[in-house]
Amino acid sequence: MNPMNYVILAAILFSIGAAAVLLRRNAIVAFMGVELMLNAANLALVAFSRIHGELDGQIMAFFVMVVAAAEVVVGLAIIIAVFRARQTISLDEPAELKG
Amino acid sequence: MFPFLTVLVALPALGAALLWALPASALTRVREIALGITVVEAVLFVIMALQFDKGDAGAFQFSETYAWIPQIGASWALGVNGIGLLMVALAVILVPLTILAAWREDKVPARRRHYLALVLLSQAFMVGIFAARDVFLFYVLFEAMLIPLYFLIGSFGGAQRRYAAVKFLLYSLVGGLVMLVGVVALYFVGPGGEQAFLTDNLTGTLDLTTAQERLMFLAFFLAFAIKAPMVPVHTWLPDVAENARPGTTALLVAVLDKIGTFGMLTLCLTLFPEAADWASPVIIVLAVISVIYGALLAIGQKDMMRLVSFTSVSHFGIMVLGIFAFQQTSVEGAALYMFNHGLSTGALFLLVGFLIARTGTADVDAYGGLQRIVPVFAGTFLVVGLSALSLPGLSPFVSEIMVLVGAYPVAAWAVIVSAVSVVLAALYILLTYKKVFTGPAPEAAPATTRDLTLRERLVAWPLVGLMLLLGFAPAIAIDYLREPSADIVAHVTLEEADA
Amino acid sequence: MQSLIWLAIALPLASAAVLLCLGRRADAWGHWMGVAASGGAFLVGLGALIEMLGKPAEERALDTTLYTFIPGGDLHVDVGLLADPLSITFVLLITFVGTLIHVYSVAYMEHDKDRRRFFAYLNLFVAAMLLLVLADSYLLLFVGWEGVGVASYLLIGFWNYKPEYATAANKAFVVNRIGDIGLIIAMGIMFTTFGALDFATIGELAGNASTATLTAAGLALLLAACGKSAQFPLQSWLGDAMAGPTPVSALIHAATMVTAGVYLIVRSAPIFEGAPNAQVVVAIVGAITLTLGALIGMAKDDIKKALAASTMSQIGYMMLAAGLGPVGYAFAIFHLITHGFFKAGMFLGAGSVMHAMNDQVDMRRFGALKGAMVVTWVTFGLGWLAILGVPPFSGYWSKDKIIESAFVGEGWQPWVFGLTALIGAGLTAFYMSRLFFMTFHGKARWTDEVHPHESPALMTVPMIILAVGSAFLGLILATGDRFTTWLEPVTGHVEHHEPVLPVAVIVALTLILVALGAVGAWFKYGRAEVPQEAPSASLATITARNDFFQDSVNRAVFQRPGQHVTRTLVYADAAIVDGAVNKQARGWSSLGSASRKLQTGQVRSYAATMLVGLVIVIAVIVVGGL
Repeated sequence: MNPMNYVILAAILFSIGAAAVLLRRNAIVAFMGVELMLNAANLALVAFSRIHGELDGQIMAFFVMVVAAAEVVVGLAIIIAVFRARQTISLDEPAELKG
Repeated sequence: MFPFLTVLVALPALGAALLWALPASALTRVREIALGITVVEAVLFVIMALQFDKGDAGAFQFSETYAWIPQIGASWALGVNGIGLLMVALAVILVPLTILAAWREDKVPARRRHYLALVLLSQAFMVGIFAARDVFLFYVLFEAMLIPLYFLIGSFGGAQRRYAAVKFLLYSLVGGLVMLVGVVALYFVGPGGEQAFLTDNLTGTLDLTTAQERLMFLAFFLAFAIKAPMVPVHTWLPDVAENARPGTTALLVAVLDKIGTFGMLTLCLTLFPEAADWASPVIIVLAVISVIYGALLAIGQKDMMRLVSFTSVSHFGIMVLGIFAFQQTSVEGAALYMFNHGLSTGALFLLVGFLIARTGTADVDAYGGLQRIVPVFAGTFLVVGLSALSLPGLSPFVSEIMVLVGAYPVAAWAVIVSAVSVVLAALYILLTYKKVFTGPAPEAAPATTRDLTLRERLVAWPLVGLMLLLGFAPAIAIDYLREPSADIVAHVTLEEADA
Repeated sequence: MQSLIWLAIALPLASAAVLLCLGRRADAWGHWMGVAASGGAFLVGLGALIEMLGKPAEERALDTTLYTFIPGGDLHVDVGLLADPLSITFVLLITFVGTLIHVYSVAYMEHDKDRRRFFAYLNLFVAAMLLLVLADSYLLLFVGWEGVGVASYLLIGFWNYKPEYATAANKAFVVNRIGDIGLIIAMGIMFTTFGALDFATIGELAGNASTATLTAAGLALLLAACGKSAQFPLQSWLGDAMAGPTPVSALIHAATMVTAGVYLIVRSAPIFEGAPNAQVVVAIVGAITLTLGALIGMAKDDIKKALAASTMSQIGYMMLAAGLGPVGYAFAIFHLITHGFFKAGMFLGAGSVMHAMNDQVDMRRFGALKGAMVVTWVTFGLGWLAILGVPPFSGYWSKDKIIESAFVGEGWQPWVFGLTALIGAGLTAFYMSRLFFMTFHGKARWTDEVHPHESPALMTVPMIILAVGSAFLGLILATGDRFTTWLEPVTGHVEHHEPVLPVAVIVALTLILVALGAVGAWFKYGRAEVPQEAPSASLATITARNDFFQDSVNRAVFQRPGQHVTRTLVYADAAIVDGAVNKQARGWSSLGSASRKLQTGQVRSYAATMLVGLVIVIAVIVVGGL
């Protein structure tokens, strides 16, 4: 089993996640894309850890998982707050910062 | 030794703070307090001036040097030579007169307080700049001065005052920005260290290639040319003159604009003599253009404040011509002109201000026949107007003739063309006098029937008196200017000889 | 007394200051103080003269330094007064004629409520004029020069509630200032070449300078002289200057200020000596003005303007003489003195006539006044005979010498200058006689309300004194060549040269032409009926009536284009220079507006930007690392 395949898989997952963030209007779907990107990063980290035979990558993956969890909590809270104020979860609607 | 100069800088600044901190109960007396502070300043200055050694006018006396920001080599360094002394004198004379002239403006005491506090703050910066012996300090004050002026122009005055204030601010800031590059560069090309910016340390010690020196000269020169102002960077001045209060304009043109020519003398020529020599042909041409252009535009103005501001552009052209001819007589004449022009143009602006106070307009066509009903005003205006056209017997004549005759050996064509301005000056002053004061007495307008009041006489007549005194006995002032001018000229020509 | 000569300037100056500062409080007695100040100056001058006469000729000049004006450095100028034969001559002329005119003005201006101010200005003028002639350097001379210009402006515009008078005052000052450019340039040249501006230094060093430099300086000085002395092409202001009260015309525009140009040329003899080309130009300018003034005088119906044209012409004679070099200097000054007397006398006479005729000036409405105003008629008549150059009156002695000197020289010059001067004498006779006959002789053509009467004593006595001078002064000064000898230390001794025509022929021709002129005028204006309205006339007369269209030329060539230029510049300054500033400010604003479009407020576009940026950074790192 070539670990490089996992790195390529991670890259593909990352691209799909990025595409989801950029192309989908629904905030929750965009959020899922962000999660996908984070997990792709995790996969890459673990794969590299396997390639180099060191545990550093796996430990970093744990850190990433914690951060991802925290970020999900905060992000969903913001989406709910915006929904309460605007009755919408479209990413295009709130454009208050338009200069 | 009593730190005269620091006190002269600090006193008006503290005075401004005091005014802002005044409780409401004392606000009715705010004018008297401000006037009192400036009178004390004037008295202090006289005491200092009496201790000035005329025989050694080229040296910087009353020197004070304290470390300020040693990490970048900035010091609090003050000192005045003959030229600096006269410039500080100008600031100290004109500010109390301006306060007196503005006595009846602003019915609301709070606004009055703001105006006077800003004027005092400006005075502090004025004195500081003319006495600064540290280039960094000079620069800081150069920029800081814009703050009270911006508020003075923008908050008190005519319809377009905000436009005029922003224009003035941006113009000066652009100049200042360019100069900042030069100031920073000075740290690296000079001896460096904790007193890197002392002008004395920077004179003659700069390690520069020709191109670098020229660029730095231009950086400083641009800022001073905008301040002066010279054509073509002069357009901020007429708008400010038209829209700001006459008192503000008087201070701005009579004192603050001198920083431009003062900077040319003490920084451009002293620090970058070879570059100054290289640039002088072009600068002289620009100066001559300023002389004629300013005079022609003055003739065409309908608003009297704009007219006087263009006459300033013209006179500053003569000063710059005198400076960049690098002859002792012409430099003396230019320095003397800086003082005399302050008296003459200050008086002229303030007198037009008195007219505006009576009728609300500065339009020449709105007047006529005033000599019949306000003869004292007419006479005073005529005398001040004659000083603006450099009539002998009044001080600006001596300075102008010294510049023209002194510059002739090196710039004959420039002098010949500039001499035409004496005819143009006669036109713009006498045509204005004719339109406003001659002709049959006007039937209406009871507001203009008040002749010059005691307060207004106290403002105008001391200036006229000084101009008459220095017109008949200019040696009194020239004694202070001879050695500093000789030093500057020697410096430029020596460097030139080495090159 | 010679060392106290500064008092001559100080007295009138102090008087002027007092009269102006005290204002209305001095109205009751101010005029007498003015007279006293002028008289005091005369006594100082007289004292100086007596002291000088007691000294041998070479030692008569005294240069007193009062204080330092501009100290040290390159240029050192002291306030110094030079009392030498030339300056004292002028001092006496100015103060004597001046005091007489002061006395005359007491009565002439009696009904004017601003009389005190008038006397203040007159005193100011006297002080400035004395400074001009007593100065020992060009710089100080310039101070006096401009001082008389200001006094002239104030006096011409004395009645400036009439807009035309204010305009005339402005015109005089501005045209004078054009001449002043010449003096500034001359001073520049002198400072460059000699390093000093005082007469003594320049007198010594002038010989070392190049001809080109001296010629340039000479021409610049000539420009200045033309402005002050109303010579071609700067003569247009003199006619308009008649707007001032008549005593002003008498003092300033006949006897003194307008002669300052001649003084300048004679004083600058060391410079002109090395610049023969400049001298020729001076003489040419004099010749042109001489003729121009005479032609204009022939067509003017306004008595004052005719006298003004005459002044212009007579000064032309003086300039012509001054341009002939050392040969002519003394005669130029001689004629200046005699002219001062007879022209001032005639102006005062004209004032007397105007006083009697309700301030009218049109000679076509005068006539037959000799019966009503005998004293005026006699005094004016003596002046008339003097200006004609009828022997033994003073004009004969001075003018004839000029005509003789004009005929001295080689080549074309003596013929051109001599004949011009000769014909000018004939023309002078014609137009002055025309003036005299139209005013005093023939039939009365008065308007209804006029009842002419003789003027009061305060007016007639000065006129009588001046008439006596017009009659006898020339004879007194010419006897034994004493005047020429008196001036010799300044003008230099000149060997007598023979004119190209024999002297007797010149004198005879002059007298014949004068007689022809006078008789011609008698027939046309004394005997024949003078039309009360100016008749339509030939082109030549119309040209002369309009001052040879000099004003129109000035307006077309200088004034209108000048106004266009200023208006265009005002527009250009606002539109182009200021416009550039405002446009570039708008440019920055547009740039800002364009940049604002990046801030869409859309989260997704921000995310896309971040991603693109990230990709670029990574690419740079990867490629750079490779």
